Amino acid sequence: MTDNLPETTHDDHAGVAMQEPIPDPGLPAHEWRPTDVDPKAEKRAERQVAGLFVLAIVGAIGFIVSYIAFHVGDNPDTIGNLGASNVALGVCLAVTLLAMGAGMIQWARKLMADHEIVEMRHPASSSQEDREAAVSILQTGLEESGLGRRPLVRNTLLAAGGILGLLPVIMLRDLGPLPGDKLDHTIWDLDTWNAEMKAWWATQNRTLQRVVRDVVGTPIKVTDLEIGDLVNAEPEVLFQTNPDTQAPLVEGTDLLVDKSKAAVILHRMLPSDIVSSQTLNWSVDGIVCYSKICTHVGCPISLNERTTHHLLCPCHQSTFDLADSGRVLFGPAARALPQLELTVDEEGYLAARRDFTQPVGPSFWERG
Amino acid sequence: MSLDTSKIADTNKDRPATAKKPNRAGAVAGWADDRLKLGTLTKVFARKVFPDHWSFMLGEIALWSFVVLLLTGTFLTLWFTPSMSESAYEGSYTQLRGVPMSDAYASTLHISFDVRGGLLMRQMHHWSAMLFIAAMFVHMMRTFVTGAFRKPRELNWVIGSVLLLLGILEGFAGYSLPDDLLSGTGLRIADGLVKATPVVGTYMSFFLFGGEFPGDVIIPRLYIIHVLLIPGLLLALIGAHMLLLVFHKHTQWAGPGRTEQNVVGYPMLPVYAAKAGGFFFMVFGVTALMGALLSINPIWKYGPYDPSKVTAGSQPDWYMGIAEGLLRIMPNWETHIWGITISWNVMIPGQIIPFVLFGMIIGWPFLEQWVTGDKREHHLLQRPRNAPTRTAFLAAMVTVYGLLWAAGGNDILATHFHWSLNSITYFMRVAIFVIPPIVFYVTRRWCIGLQRQDNDRLLHGYETGIIMRSAEGGYTERHLPISEASAYTLTARNRDEIHQIESDVDENGVAAPDTRVARIRAKLSRGMFADNVQKPTAEELEEARHHAEHEHELETGLDHPAAGHEFDDHQLRDAGDVPLRQH
Ligand code: HEM
Ligand code: FES
Repeated sequence: MTDNLPETTHDDHAGVAMQEPIPDPGLPAHEWRPTDVDPKAEKRAERQVAGLFVLAIVGAIGFIVSYIAFHVGDNPDTIGNLGASNVALGVCLAVTLLAMGAGMIQWARKLMADHEIVEMRHPASSSQEDREAAVSILQTGLEESGLGRRPLVRNTLLAAGGILGLLPVIMLRDLGPLPGDKLDHTIWDLDTWNAEMKAWWATQNRTLQRVVRDVVGTPIKVTDLEIGDLVNAEPEVLFQTNPDTQAPLVEGTDLLVDKSKAAVILHRMLPSDIVSSQTLNWSVDGIVCYSKICTHVGCPISLNERTTHHLLCPCHQSTFDLADSGRVLFGPAARALPQLELTVDEEGYLAARRDFTQPVGPSFWERG
Repeated sequence: MSLDTSKIADTNKDRPATAKKPNRAGAVAGWADDRLKLGTLTKVFARKVFPDHWSFMLGEIALWSFVVLLLTGTFLTLWFTPSMSESAYEGSYTQLRGVPMSDAYASTLHISFDVRGGLLMRQMHHWSAMLFIAAMFVHMMRTFVTGAFRKPRELNWVIGSVLLLLGILEGFAGYSLPDDLLSGTGLRIADGLVKATPVVGTYMSFFLFGGEFPGDVIIPRLYIIHVLLIPGLLLALIGAHMLLLVFHKHTQWAGPGRTEQNVVGYPMLPVYAAKAGGFFFMVFGVTALMGALLSINPIWKYGPYDPSKVTAGSQPDWYMGIAEGLLRIMPNWETHIWGITISWNVMIPGQIIPFVLFGMIIGWPFLEQWVTGDKREHHLLQRPRNAPTRTAFLAAMVTVYGLLWAAGGNDILATHFHWSLNSITYFMRVAIFVIPPIVFYVTRRWCIGLQRQDNDRLLHGYETGIIMRSAEGGYTERHLPISEASAYTLTARNRDEIHQIESDVDENGVAAPDTRVARIRAKLSRGMFADNVQKPTAEELEEARHHAEHEHELETGLDHPAAGHEFDDHQLRDAGDVPLRQH
């Protein structure tokens, strides 16, 4: 036990002592380096090392000069799109550091004593006496505390400790609100709107929310789209302002949350290309509208095959068939892309008849 | 030897150091020693021995790049604003002026374009993050393939594995901080992964993001995780890793005079300290050069995060490649039953397989120990060939990793080589099950072949390249014995044993309860070790040498045993001739 190091001369693990085929010849004799025996070589090495340290100083001065000489903001694209300041500072810093490092290593290799030293190993375990002493100390402790004799004390303590451990977990409860049915609706559903949005809507005298172009927010007529077009679109409410305050109705985080569920794509094809009756019924003159959020893990989908009506997700390449209810053709996504029922409103603009009929985006447990 | 040590040595003589004129450094050291017992510590640690080998530098690269991460990261915190509240950008980068964006993104632009050296620090931070994780990977492979994880170092193996996992998490958190389009897309995918968790996924997502994705708390939360929580854990674990290293002392390669009982190398002071310190500056310098010349994560080109936008060919940092590949090649299985949804297509590749693979890596040392029943300490490293099964296992794991990595870039492969995306994916689905076993088999045979070669060299010597023509006109190549030192090094390893089951049944003839386990163990033992080539015994070696000498004499007409170098131009030096080492 005290010495559990393996034997090197006898491979007796098998129980059969087997002579090592070749005895250990022992450490080879130390060899002198040129710098140890030749004063000239030694001087040369010394100059080399000092030279490297001087180079480090030069690099540091170059760094200071570059810091003063170059401005960052106005020329980010000079020198291979890296910015003059970045390149100058970085190269000077690198010179300083590399020269210092090389100098130290060179010093160690050439000039410091290079005798190898032998240190003996000791087993990682404590000695047998120490082990026994430790065990008996622990036992004494256990007995003196009476932990074994007083199960009532022990068990109540354990219970208290357990419940104490629960408290931090409970305190995490306020990290976020409960999901409720939030994932089931998007802002396409007028019932989810707040009072401010509803007030704005009351001024509009319309019943259906328009599908408007992303970024600019302009409404779209059927004639605006040619066969094969793919357009990114959003619900119109995201682009409206409060008539009194002129502040956007939706902004900041709310805007990001709404966009991450309500973003859609419009695609126009020949009505005769449409395969499924749902897709046909929910389309307007061959224009179909689908959620832009991939049903795999939620990337926005963007890549379109003009002629085949296939839509490809750039993240993991799930491919959806826009002519056939957003069916999955390929890739890791399991569910069809939710389709939005499209129609035209009183003034002839594309509009949503209602919210998606199922949650958009990645699957989740309660989704059904 | 060029150091003038007389001044320091003075204090070691009979006169006490303090009796002399006040020596500042000595006084400070004395003051500290009175309180901290530094003298004893120094005595123990300053001459600690570190063996030298290039592969021992891999862990050092990881350590030093962590230091670079701490330095550059702390610089970044001076300007970075971990907030998702929005305002219009007004900084120096003209293309984005007036665009609404989060403070996190705006402050990262500020660091890049309005702080001198800011972009350099950002790029250095990102490059050293890659270096940190890459170095840990390679260091871990070296530890694995040389058996450095064996007793007593199993704990350090586990700590190292956890460090790698934490490093990857830390990298992901950092990558998410600037709140640009790519980092937001990464978070979106993370949200999808979280939501796929059975039962509690939706709740976890809402708690993580403080509501619906993306919410406005994720960046501040990731920030504190990135700059405090994980770095603290990393620091503590790295500390433990180093302490254990010092306590166990470093492993070493076998060689003349280098045994299981000793460690041979350079002392901490001065040589190792100077080399390691110099190496820190080298790692730092290389990172600076990369930061200067290689653009990385130019967030201003991606724009602020917008959940309805994505860039084609978006790729996470390389160390996430394995999860990315798994997600891509997974078939689209999903179960809908009793009003619930189980997303196997996300759960299996995102939450299960990475941890299974990781568990296999962490668990291997324990499996190996159980199979061999080896309770001894091991301080001599094994050459990869001398553990063919283990080496082959690593090769297969690396292959899995490489394949998944390639699968993670299937769109790039497709556009680059004009291959069909679908074919690549189908190919990968099969390849992931077929190629690693092939690699395993080939590597194992290859290792065993190398072991044979070693034995040949031991028994028959090395091939001199000298062709001898015998009296009968036949040609043979001369073999000469290898040096005693190399021969010793080749044989300085343990023989493998095959574990046998004692008996299938217990004394009553009933199948013993633990024979099933024992049988598995025996089977594994046979599978892992039975094909290995064992080093020759003393008798075999003696016989082979005798045989060789005999032939030698016959063929060359020497009347004495060959010294070994009659046929090449290696002259044996005589003992008085001091050989010079070339540097
Ligand atoms: C230990 C491992 C660490 C890793 C792997 C790591 C990784 C990263 C990565 C990949 C980024 C994105 C950089 C980019 O914008 O391109 C980042 C950003 C950042 N890191 Fe770290 N980091 C580490 C430690 C630290 C530490 C210790 C600190 C501070 C004490 C820190 C502070 C920051 C800050 C403030 C940012 C955001 C600023 C920016 O993106 O430019 N990091 N980190
Ligand atoms: S998110 Fe679309 S395929 Fe993964």
